[in-house]
Amino acid sequence: MTDANATRPRTRRDAQFDKIRDREAALAGTRQHTARFMSKFLNNRLAVVGFVIFAVICLMSLFAPLIAQHDPMSPNLRAIAKPPSAEHWFGTDKTGRDVFARVLYGGRVSILVGLGSALLSAIIGVIIGVYSGYVGGWLDWIAMRISEIFMSFPQIILVLLLVAILGQSLLNLIVIFTLTGWGGIYRMARARMLSIREEEYVQALRSFGLGPARIAYKHMLPNALGPIMVNITLSTAAFILQEAGLSFLGLGVPLSIPTWGNILNAAQDLRVLEQNWWIWLPVGATISLFVLSVNFIGDGLRDATDPSQQG
Amino acid sequence: MQPNDPILKLRDVQVHFPVKTGVFKRVTGHVRAVDGVDLDVRRGEVLGLVGESGCGKTTLGKAILQLVRATQGTVTYSGEDGETELTSLDDAGLFRFRKRLQIVFQDPHSSLNPAFTIFGSLEDPLRHYGVKTREERRKIVGDLLEAVNMRRESMDRYPHEFSGGQRQRIGIARALSIEPELIVCDEAVSALDVSIQAQVLQLLMELKREKNLTYVFITHDLSVTEYLCDRIAVMYLGKIVELCDAEDLYANTLHPYSQALLSAIPVADLDKKSRRIVLQGDVPSPVNPPSGCPFHPRCRYVVDRCKTEVPELRRFKSAKGEHMAACHLIDQPLAEQPLRTESP
Repeated sequence: MTDANATRPRTRRDAQFDKIRDREAALAGTRQHTARFMSKFLNNRLAVVGFVIFAVICLMSLFAPLIAQHDPMSPNLRAIAKPPSAEHWFGTDKTGRDVFARVLYGGRVSILVGLGSALLSAIIGVIIGVYSGYVGGWLDWIAMRISEIFMSFPQIILVLLLVAILGQSLLNLIVIFTLTGWGGIYRMARARMLSIREEEYVQALRSFGLGPARIAYKHMLPNALGPIMVNITLSTAAFILQEAGLSFLGLGVPLSIPTWGNILNAAQDLRVLEQNWWIWLPVGATISLFVLSVNFIGDGLRDATDPSQQG
Repeated sequence: MQPNDPILKLRDVQVHFPVKTGVFKRVTGHVRAVDGVDLDVRRGEVLGLVGESGCGKTTLGKAILQLVRATQGTVTYSGEDGETELTSLDDAGLFRFRKRLQIVFQDPHSSLNPAFTIFGSLEDPLRHYGVKTREERRKIVGDLLEAVNMRRESMDRYPHEFSGGQRQRIGIARALSIEPELIVCDEAVSALDVSIQAQVLQLLMELKREKNLTYVFITHDLSVTEYLCDRIAVMYLGKIVELCDAEDLYANTLHPYSQALLSAIPVADLDKKSRRIVLQGDVPSPVNPPSGCPFHPRCRYVVDRCKTEVPELRRFKSAKGEHMAACHLIDQPLAEQPLRTESP
C-alpha cells in the first residue's frame, strides 16, 4: 500500500493538499476567515490570471501619462492611418492620433463608467433588495414597484432627457447606468433572500431576537453573494459596451475624449474595418480581455466565499 | 415555583394564514393552521405534541416562540417575575423572554448557516446577550459543544463538514447557548436514522436532567413520544383532540383519532398481531374544516351529533392525573374491542 503511494508521481493536487494540511496545522484553532478566503482565491489559477490582467490594464490606464509618448487628443497630420511602428505602437487613426495612447487614456473613462456603475448599482440593489426581501410586507411592495418603474423606463429616453438638461458628461452616464441598472441586482438579491428566508437557521436567529438588519445583512447576505458577484462582472461588461453605443450616438462621453467605445466606433467605417485593423483590433482585444478578467475574478470570488469548496 | 406549575399557558390560540387569490390579492379564506388550542406546559415536563403532517404542530410550536404571531388567543409565560402575556408584546418587549424559550429544528441541513463556521453561527446570539469578549464567547461555545458530546475544535469548522446527527447536536447546542428554560423540539430527530435518533434523544434527556429544562416535543413518531414524554397532546386539524399522561394514552386511548394513530405504530413481534385501524380519505383542508367535530368525516363511530356540534375538550377520570379528550361519544361504551388485541 505504501509502495503505491511512494511510486505515484506527485501531482499539483498533492502539493495543494500538503499546503492545506500545513496551513491547518499552523493555524489550528485560530483559522481566520480572511486568511482562508485569500488562500482560496490565490489557489484559483484563473482568478489570479484574471486579477493580474485586470491590475495591469487598470495600472496602465492610471499611469497613462507616464507610459504614452503621444497626446491622445492632438492629431498628427503627417501620420494619418499609419500601421503600427516603433513610433506609434498601435499605429495611428484617421486623424493621425496615436492609438496606443488613446487606448490607455480611454481605459480611464471606460473602466470608471463600467466598473463604477456596476458597483454603484450593485450596492444600491443589494442594500434595498436584501432588506426588503427579508422583511417583506409593504416595504418590499414599494421597493418592487419603484424598481419596476425604473426598469420599464426606456434607457435611451432617460439619457436624452439628462443630456438635454445637464449636457453630456461622464457623471450623467454613471448616474443613468446606475439608475437603470440597480433593478436587476435588486431583484436577484431579493429573490435569493426570499428563498433563504425560509431556511431554519434564519428562524433560529429570529428566535434569539436578533434584529432584522443584522439577520439580513450579516447572516443571510453572505449566502446570496455568489450570484451577485457574477452579476456585477456581467454588468461591468455590459456597461462598457453600452457606453460605447451611447458615445457613438453622441449621447455619452463627448467624441473628442478617448474611451474604448469611442475608439471602437471608428470601425463603423467599412474601409477602416478592412484596411486599418490596428485601429479597432487592439481596443477590441483590450475590452475583451478586461471583461474576461473581471469575469474570472468574479468566479474566483464566488468560489472563495463558498465554504463548501476547499481551496 | 413548584415543579408542576405551568411555565406556559396557551388559551384559545389561533393562527390563521390568509389565502389570497386573483390579481388583486383578495383574501378569500384562511388556512386555520392552529384553531383554538388550550394547553398548559408544566415546568420540568416533556410534553409531546403529535399528529400527522399538516395538523398544525409546527405552527403551534412557532406560535409559542412568537416566530409566528397568533391571530387570536394568548400565550402566557410564567417565571420568577410573574406572568407575562407574550402575545401582547412587541419585538422589543419580547427580547427578555427570547432568552427563556428556544427551538431545535427538524432539518439538520438547513438549520446551520453554511457561510459561517460553527463558532460564527453561535457567537452572534451570545454577543447579542451581552457576552463581550471573543475569548469568553469562544470558551462558551467550546463548553456548549462539549456538552453535546462534540469536540471543542469543531467550532472552527463549517456545517458541511458534519454529519446530520452532529449538526443536530450543534443545533441543540445553539438552543442551549442562552440557557433557556423551555425548548421546543420541532421534529428534532425525525430526519435522523434510528441509531442516531437514540443518541440524540439520550442527549436531550441528559441535558434536561442537568439543566432542568422543559421540552415541548413535536413529532409524528409515536414510538419516540412513548419513550420520552410525560404527557402527550394529540392534534388533529389545528385542534387538540386528546391530552393526557403518556402512559395513559397508550393504555387507555379515548379519542378515535388517537386510536387510529396508535394502531399505526409498527410492532416488532410476530406473535402479536395488532389490529390496524385504517382511516378512510385524507385530512380535510384546513381552509374549509368540516362542520362539527373536525374528525367526523373519517371517524368510524360517527353519529349525527358529530356533524353539527363541535366537541369541547372534556375531563375524564384516570389513574394518572387528568385525561382530556374532545369527543361526544366517550361517555358511551366506545372501544368495544381493546386496541392491541392479542390474536389467538
